[in-house]
Amino acid sequence: MIDGFIALYIFALAAILGFEIISKVPVILHTPLMSGSNFIHGIVLVGAMIALGHADTTLEKVFGFIAVFLGAGNAAGGYVVTERMLEMFKPRVKKDDKDGEGS
Amino acid sequence: MMEMIQQYLPTLIKASYFLAAILFITGLRRMSTPGTARGGIVWAGIGMLIATIATFLLPDMHNMVLILAALVTSTVLAWVSGKKVAMTDMPQMVALYNGMGGGSAAFIGAMALFNAVDHLGGCQAGTIVDTANTHDCLSGVTMVFAVVGVFIGAISLSGSLVAFGKLQGWIDKRYTFPGQHFFNGIVAIATLGLGFYLMKDMNANYIWIFFGLSLLLGLLMTMPIGGADMPVVISLYNAFTGLAVSFEGFVLQNEAMIIAGMLVGSAGTLLTQEMAKAMNRSLGSVLFGSMGGSGGAAIEGEMKEIEAQDAAIQMAFADRVIVIPGYGMAVAQAQHKLWEMTQILLDKGVDVKFAIHPVAGRMPGHMNVLLAEAGVPYDLIEDMEDINSQFKQTDVALVIGANDVVNPVAKTDPESPIYGMPILNVDEAKNSIVIKRGKGTGFAGIQNALFFAENNKMLYGDAQDAIAKLIQGLKAL
Repeated sequence: MIDGFIALYIFALAAILGFEIISKVPVILHTPLMSGSNFIHGIVLVGAMIALGHADTTLEKVFGFIAVFLGAGNAAGGYVVTERMLEMFKPRVKKDDKDGEGS
Repeated sequence: MMEMIQQYLPTLIKASYFLAAILFITGLRRMSTPGTARGGIVWAGIGMLIATIATFLLPDMHNMVLILAALVTSTVLAWVSGKKVAMTDMPQMVALYNGMGGGSAAFIGAMALFNAVDHLGGCQAGTIVDTANTHDCLSGVTMVFAVVGVFIGAISLSGSLVAFGKLQGWIDKRYTFPGQHFFNGIVAIATLGLGFYLMKDMNANYIWIFFGLSLLLGLLMTMPIGGADMPVVISLYNAFTGLAVSFEGFVLQNEAMIIAGMLVGSAGTLLTQEMAKAMNRSLGSVLFGSMGGSGGAAIEGEMKEIEAQDAAIQMAFADRVIVIPGYGMAVAQAQHKLWEMTQILLDKGVDVKFAIHPVAGRMPGHMNVLLAEAGVPYDLIEDMEDINSQFKQTDVALVIGANDVVNPVAKTDPESPIYGMPILNVDEAKNSIVIKRGKGTGFAGIQNALFFAENNKMLYGDAQDAIAKLIQGLKAL
């Protein structure tokens, strides 16, 4: 069981890490990064599955169903959109080569 | 063998969540450098896959059919919509998916609260049952996290949906009324007050009202905010969702959720601050101020029109051209044509650079993404700080569908609502050409002094058509 203080440590360390990672980011990556972090909180899907997996009453089942539905949308949509954005950042050979042009 | 698996399964699942958390952190790190960015999302994606599969293996999971049904339908819908949407509409899709995540966290929190009502006999009032793991009674702290998570998650849900509607053009007005912020403040205090009262007096009705009020608050907060500030708002709600996910992760005792959620919570907060800073707006003024319409002196003079042919000649014989893309380029999908035009100029020996304002378009980096899509190499693209000193030596500055980010009023008129916002110094260039659809004011509704300047010419038309004409002109030379 995670008690209050251990949670506090995890919160603090994760928060510091988030700040550190973002503080060195070039402007060019801001939109993809927002989208990427949007995907990462799609982990809420796991929580929604656990909640629905332990739901008993009808109300809980309805809420759980909505939660899983929304969470899966966050994860799947977040992934596709981010991947499409970052697809454009594929390393390109500097001078007009065909390499890296791909599709 | 089966026994072995049974015995080690809980550890294996915990280990999977740990691995997922590490993959998220590594993925986010990789995404923050252009060279490794593409790999980053794949790493994070693998983490998500591992965590999801591990969750299916958890002991005593019921309602598998329901879980699969919700999971599969939503994944397919989101996947297809994400694949189909045009590059220019990406910002609102991010808003939509973000709202879904916030909503998911809010519903999880509400379930925990309803559960606490049902199990009052088992645990003390003010505590929550750990339904997911041990069925222990969790401490009162957990209840606080559940309540705050519902609050933040619900705001993120309704707020993001409004942001989506505004960017999609479904909601094209700012809804304001006198005393609005005071009213919103009252609603916020009442909602939080009810939330904390909930912990003392568990009652299902209060949970409904609390949830409803939180949703309403997200709506009220976002309706008065203008479209120009939407990137900041979406980024803020992105951070909100992260926090909500982290808090509900604590309620469910799930480490992967706690870490990933908080990571996004802090990263998103910093990103929000950077965006607000780039617009010279504090977060407070975005959320509580209103912008546009009045203020600022009227501008004297008239706008001078130029033909595409003449503009093409001017650029072809320039030594140095700086292109300033804005939202108009994004709407017209003109980035490919623009690159085609640039290549012709480069072949003629003209030094062409692209200048990107930090908030050009609807999101920071929006322009970079579009230019990258068209194939413009990074080394031609410059940030505002790097290029601003170079305008003085520039023969032609070509502004494509950008307005407020090149408005010199921000430097000269203290009365103007955008006074103090850093701008691209297009007014310092020897000549400037502005491609614009009509004579109206920009997104913020402020007159642009650049358009009336002596050495500025207007090229009216849709960005795509205008650039096509410029290309024709260049080819004819």
